[in-house]
Amino acid sequence: MLEARIPSGPIEQKWDKCRFEMKLVNPANRRKHSVIVVGAGLAGAAAAATLGQQGYRVHCFSYHDTPRRAHSIAAQGGINAAKNYRNDGDSVLRLFKDTVKGGDFRAREANVYRLAEISVNIIDQCVAQGVPFAREYGGLLDNRSFGGVQVERTFYARGQTGQQLLLGAYQALEEQIAAGTVTMHSRSESLDVVMVSGVARGIVTRDLVTGEVDSHAADVVVLATGGYSNAFYLSTNAKASNCTAIWRAHRRGALFGNPCYTQIHPTCIPLSSDHQSKLTLMSESLRNDGRVWVPRKQGDTRAPKDIPERERDYYLENRYPSFGNLVPRDVASRNAKEVCDEGRGVGPHGQGVYLDFADAIQRLGLETVREKYGNLFDIYERITGEDAYNAPMRIYPAPHYTMGGLWVDYHLMSTIPGLFVAGEANFSDHGANRLGASALMQGLADGYFIIPCTVPDYIASAMPDSVDTFHPAFLEAKAEVKDRIDKLLSIKGRRSPDSFHKELGKIVWDDCGMARSEEGLRKAVALLPDLREEFWHNICVTGTGEELNQTLEKANRVSDFLEIAELMCVDALHRKESCGGHFRVESQTADGEAKRDDENFAYTAAWEWQGSGKTSQLHKEPLTFEHVPLSQRSYK
Amino acid sequence: MNLTLRIWRQQNAKAAGGFNSYQVGGVTPDMSFLEMLDSLNEDLIGRQEPPVAFEHDCREGICGSCGFLINGVAHGGKRGTTVCQLAMRFFKDGETITLEPWRARAFPVIRDLVVNRSAFDRIIQAGGFISAPTGSAPEANSTPVPKEDADMAFDAAACIGCGACVAACPNASAMLFTSAKITHLNSLPQGRPQRDQRTLSMVVAMRNELFGSCTNHGECEAVCPKQIPLEFIGKMNRDLIRAVWHRHREPLVIPSVAQAPHWEDSHEEFHDAKRALPQDGARKNADELARETTQPHAEVELPEHAGLRQ
Repeated sequence: MLEARIPSGPIEQKWDKCRFEMKLVNPANRRKHSVIVVGAGLAGAAAAATLGQQGYRVHCFSYHDTPRRAHSIAAQGGINAAKNYRNDGDSVLRLFKDTVKGGDFRAREANVYRLAEISVNIIDQCVAQGVPFAREYGGLLDNRSFGGVQVERTFYARGQTGQQLLLGAYQALEEQIAAGTVTMHSRSESLDVVMVSGVARGIVTRDLVTGEVDSHAADVVVLATGGYSNAFYLSTNAKASNCTAIWRAHRRGALFGNPCYTQIHPTCIPLSSDHQSKLTLMSESLRNDGRVWVPRKQGDTRAPKDIPERERDYYLENRYPSFGNLVPRDVASRNAKEVCDEGRGVGPHGQGVYLDFADAIQRLGLETVREKYGNLFDIYERITGEDAYNAPMRIYPAPHYTMGGLWVDYHLMSTIPGLFVAGEANFSDHGANRLGASALMQGLADGYFIIPCTVPDYIASAMPDSVDTFHPAFLEAKAEVKDRIDKLLSIKGRRSPDSFHKELGKIVWDDCGMARSEEGLRKAVALLPDLREEFWHNICVTGTGEELNQTLEKANRVSDFLEIAELMCVDALHRKESCGGHFRVESQTADGEAKRDDENFAYTAAWEWQGSGKTSQLHKEPLTFEHVPLSQRSYK
Repeated sequence: MNLTLRIWRQQNAKAAGGFNSYQVGGVTPDMSFLEMLDSLNEDLIGRQEPPVAFEHDCREGICGSCGFLINGVAHGGKRGTTVCQLAMRFFKDGETITLEPWRARAFPVIRDLVVNRSAFDRIIQAGGFISAPTGSAPEANSTPVPKEDADMAFDAAACIGCGACVAACPNASAMLFTSAKITHLNSLPQGRPQRDQRTLSMVVAMRNELFGSCTNHGECEAVCPKQIPLEFIGKMNRDLIRAVWHRHREPLVIPSVAQAPHWEDSHEEFHDAKRALPQDGARKNADELARETTQPHAEVELPEHAGLRQ
């Protein structure tokens, strides 16, 4: 079932070999072929623009009013590339090794090597598009370091690298829209994948303004719809980010890879109260100069400036001397949780640790710190009303990214032929933990360089025959989507989508968050079907389906989170080892670090949907490590 | 604290709108403005009433989705702040707050506080890009960019496309937005080859979308959540003169800005007029603009109704 199609031969030559062996479509024939791209973030916009440039007829769908709003825009810190501009020992091989190790040996080596290889082209591409990366006075590109690595390979654009990269892709997309190669469907949400004879041939969408349910046919469908962190309700993801497109594809037969691999980002602004609607990330780049600490004493309520140096515990520097504050995200998050669980957390709810810039300001001067992190300090001030130049920031981990996603082969095709998945929506490349500044890299690698090679190969090999939206499969899929919408509208219960979403989020956060136990996961797996049951009897959606109806949109998305959450827990329950962001309390080393079990769990878990209320079936893709020998991660 | 909200309710683009008043209780100072609206909407859903439609997504001030007028001021008047970043600690117990959608002819209301800003996309389509097909890029460091230029480009590129500048402008002008994009791309060596064409096309597109013109009020800069400076409009006008000069090499008399035509107030006529505009591509429009702006006696008059609010 799981044929990963990894090319044979030495790892350095796999991608070249793959490209050479791919079939091509004659430039004159390309306009005869159509591609649907769902999502217009980094991966989606880059793929749609590039396929448009090549001459395919592309239809791109986004539920936003304009593609420039996709959540890629919120990435702050940077994008990795093995340029070695710093001459500090970086190379493609080192980026590859760092990423495999950072992912705790749960990613496919061949994919990660390709990612590292392509990283250098991404920077070239973005600079050519006018992305205003930070530069040195000599006019050359600047770099900084990020967690989990010992070289400086991160390119950045102040604290808004995501927005600048997305604008690059968005502008390329708009150019193609103007050229007529891409048709943009804004405010149009994809609600299902249409299968004809076992092959993906289109999608069903709802126009968010008129409510019209429509279907669209094409030769290939690419999903680039992001991750599912909002299953936690409170996360750093944008409010509309959802799992609907990938989850409905999963229900149509696409296997779901490693759903329990979620990333809890260590540097977010702590929760303030119950009405909070989302959490705000502070870029990990802050850990370059900020020092993380908590009081040595439990329940110490003194102001930070009143706590003398010897009574502070710089726990990351003490426990991990060689990486210090720059340990990978999973390690930093888990340690923050530990010190808070010990009763040493700071702030109103004791759920926070200090990130202190006093030393950096003394060493570099206030102006330099302002130049580097000014906008982040501003964000912090705006939300908390506190001035982080004078007192340390308070931070706490928050759900941020999902390494899991639809299972894809080396070509980024899911187990449904003709359905490709790019960016955060797929499971590839990051393993059980993603290193900082690698999400932008992966989204753009998939969008600019991989999808535009592998999709044409599929078209040339499969030669899809023509199909239109009057085909029974399209009418059926459309009717199913309509039924679901009508059902949501007809229940007229007493609870809002948000109230269900919050309750769901609490279950997932408590039992499938930073630390997971057999007991907790079993509890969650038992609770979720009941909550789902209640949802389908007691949801209240006001208004009609034929208008802009944000409550309906939310309810629809929450209904899918209620299902994906269960698969996250089932996967977390089955994986009895700890690895990366997946920490099972039963599996830890003597000093409390994550303990992998390579003998039993060195595989990708790919789950097959068996129907509502039925246990999903597990398939395994074994992982082998020939180039980065398996070892227990150590950042000490 | 308890607040009274006067909110513009409008079911769809065609329906008539009006203000409704709502009471919101239990507002705490650490809530964000949108969380306060969330709580109102939860109440409304509880009463089976349609919640207030408003746009929002990242809630971190970067996606540009959110934005409406709070007591007549775009994004609520805290410097460098989007609505989603605005905290309730800036409001007082018992206060009455008025919420309205962006008011501009080029941004028709879709529902309640949601407007259609797709005109911005069409301005970008006209030339807000650097043509660099994937795969054709040279080595990134082969073109050094002086830090000052890179910083200037970045300052301009910080625009989040929220539309507050248009909403704040008495003429509903999109010149701050357009000039930010033009400045971003024209400041970089990579953007130089398309500099003139880009400027001309984008200025024409801006005009065709029925945005008004800049008359130096500076309201746009004051409300811009990314603090894009007014000076970029000056740069855009300079680039426009340069572009026309390069294309025609003849004596120029140029209005300071490209003027929008006069439009009557009614909605139908607006669309008829828009349909009547030349549709055959930006190139021709740019030529027309160049012709108009290079005529020695071109009329430089401020249209009275140009871009007036709805």
